[in-house]
Amino acid sequence: MSKLSEKTATLLSEGTVKMIIGYEQGTERPRPAFCHTPEDCKLLIFNDQCSSNLAVYLTKKEIIGEDKIGVVGNYYVIKTVIQLNRENQINLENLVLMTVDGDDVITLGNIDEMQQYVDTHEPVPNEKVLAAIEKIDKMSRSERWEYWKSELSKCVRCYACRAACPLCYCNRCVTEVNCPQWIEPWAAPLSNMEWQINRVMHMSGRCVGCGECAAACPLELPIGILTKKMGTDIKNTFGGWKDGSVLSTYNVNDKENFIK
Amino acid sequence: MEENNNNIFEPRIIAFVCNWCTYAGADLTGTSRIKYATNVEIVRFPCTGRIDFMLLLKAFAGGADGIIISGCHPNDCHYTSGNFHARRRWMVFRDMLDFMGIDIERIRWSWVSAAEGAKWADVVNDTVGKIREMGPYTEYKKAAKFLEEEKISHE
Amino acid sequence: MERLIIKSDQIHTWLAKIIETVPRVLAPVKTGSKAEFREIKDANSVAYDTLTTTSSVKASAFPNTETLFAYEKQGTDTKIYDVAEENFLDTVIWRARPCDAVGFGPLTKIFNWDYKDKLYNERFSRLVVVSFACDKADGCCFCTSVGGGPGNTAGSDIMLTKINDKETLVEVLTDKGQKLIDLCKDCFTKADDSIDKESVLAQVPVRFTREQIHDKLAKAFESPIWKAQSERCLGCGACAFVCPTCACFDIQEDAHGNHGRRVRCWDSCGFTLFTQHTSGHNPRPTQATRWRQRVMHKFSYMPDRLDIYGCTGCGRCSRACPVDMNIAEHLTNIANNE
Repeated sequence: MSKLSEKTATLLSEGTVKMIIGYEQGTERPRPAFCHTPEDCKLLIFNDQCSSNLAVYLTKKEIIGEDKIGVVGNYYVIKTVIQLNRENQINLENLVLMTVDGDDVITLGNIDEMQQYVDTHEPVPNEKVLAAIEKIDKMSRSERWEYWKSELSKCVRCYACRAACPLCYCNRCVTEVNCPQWIEPWAAPLSNMEWQINRVMHMSGRCVGCGECAAACPLELPIGILTKKMGTDIKNTFGGWKDGSVLSTYNVNDKENFIK
Repeated sequence: MEENNNNIFEPRIIAFVCNWCTYAGADLTGTSRIKYATNVEIVRFPCTGRIDFMLLLKAFAGGADGIIISGCHPNDCHYTSGNFHARRRWMVFRDMLDFMGIDIERIRWSWVSAAEGAKWADVVNDTVGKIREMGPYTEYKKAAKFLEEEKISHE
Repeated sequence: MERLIIKSDQIHTWLAKIIETVPRVLAPVKTGSKAEFREIKDANSVAYDTLTTTSSVKASAFPNTETLFAYEKQGTDTKIYDVAEENFLDTVIWRARPCDAVGFGPLTKIFNWDYKDKLYNERFSRLVVVSFACDKADGCCFCTSVGGGPGNTAGSDIMLTKINDKETLVEVLTDKGQKLIDLCKDCFTKADDSIDKESVLAQVPVRFTREQIHDKLAKAFESPIWKAQSERCLGCGACAFVCPTCACFDIQEDAHGNHGRRVRCWDSCGFTLFTQHTSGHNPRPTQATRWRQRVMHKFSYMPDRLDIYGCTGCGRCSRACPVDMNIAEHLTNIANNE
């Protein structure tokens, strides 16, 4: 049995945690797994195909309840836990956060250890996304409009992007509000664009860059480009996101060049 | 909006302004008898910090050709920091809009204080002139009318 | 039912004739690494080498967004304007899969069981379905477990089966199909009785039967299996939206003061708020209850009430799901457990 299965099985059998959330092999690629017994842990795997952001389950009370649980996640899961903690959405005392390095299971016991890990293990950026951003940046304004209108007119508003994102945890999303109706709930080119603009704006400074929104989209729409672009812009303008969520704070020295 | 029989395009501008500075400043423009373009419809907010970015998109979808957003100068906000939050918001939002191909040249941001009656007139005249040159924001309005592509039978 | 042969190089000619004659032709077109049904104007646009499309073709009869009617208040009166159905286009669906064609069965039942949905019926009556039998299947396909198969002709007006590199069998199943054949009579010759369709079809192993599932479900309402299976489900609408038989919809208003339109758009029973009451009570408050609903609806309630199953085994839901909720896997589990 792998060290991963052993370690997680022990946590369960000793009663340290009530459940382990990790990855198991799915039909074509890894998928989230929920282990309730030490036996279940035999199915756990960990490799670079394990991309789901498991932190999405940490805000679902019906999954985690009030119990202590263990999570074996990838880089982005750890980054997300830090952000969720910043937003007071999780109780770190009820979480045993682990990741796998080579064969070994590493436990990240507190925020500092998590931050340390995130600072030293940043993954290589997705070249395709960066190239797409460059291409779009070079387009003229009306070319950009046509591009996004044509791509987003294919959107069917299944909200897989929202569902896969661990930081989209609102009980009632802005699109589910009728009074007032901020965004038309039916699929149409403009309201689809408004939905993405809104989603990305609500993510600004909070997005950890896991790319699960784009991976979840059944139609392979280029929405990962939007979150990446937004993340890069914010990093360049406001510095790293360690300072807290960008839009809930301010700096009297913020400089803009368009307000006259 | 001006009535005109010449088929000259008269832009429709929506202005989102804060109550304590720009709205008061606009009042001063009036009491000072300064004439300025009438194309602007003003929406009054307690503070620029209250202006949700989605409202700008709603303005364009509703037929606006241009938008003005104006409030107190930094450090002068009636609620101390509302305009700082707003400033941050606009910095992020503006880049996002530009990336999506929405015409940010049609949005004019400015700080107009309660004493700057003349400046308000300038901001409005400037914006109206610019938008008049740019023409109506047809591509946005067209996208907003998606449902109308499905024909209904008129009895 | 007529059996004809078309030479493989004539298929293009026939399709070109169809495109010339019929107002709208929908066919699988490459989109990135996958394929989707799109309107084609050129017979060369069809993506023949993809197994199937991400989304079904139900939007041709049940669009994602459609106007139900328009209204205008004039004084104290309100005028209602109907949708101009005469503008609905006659459509040929080219290279549907058998699992697409058979999906129209449950959809038509749903839209006609108590209220005859005029808009759906008008759109559906204008469709001609030309399906291509499957010589390949993948790990998500399970048509043979739900009363279907890679060569099942139910719901198709014409079915094409590639016999070899030179010849394709053409089964003409309806008058609508015959009209399409007539567009290019010279393309076709009569098929010999010896042509064996079954021998070229994909092998899709049977994993369970519908009746097995139906019977198990009768006692499964309180089973813990629903929570176990749905733990990873994120509650998005991807499965419902790509499914050829899912017909849940929402009704919304595009209101502009004194005039507007009432709009119907797709909805999913997987969404948290799907059954939310205005009182705040939600009879399906957990993802487990919503997953149970999805399976029960397709394999228990629909056969009991409408005499038809709500699943064609196309596997689209499983492929589209971000967390691999492989429905065939779940159903096999249900069939074999408890």
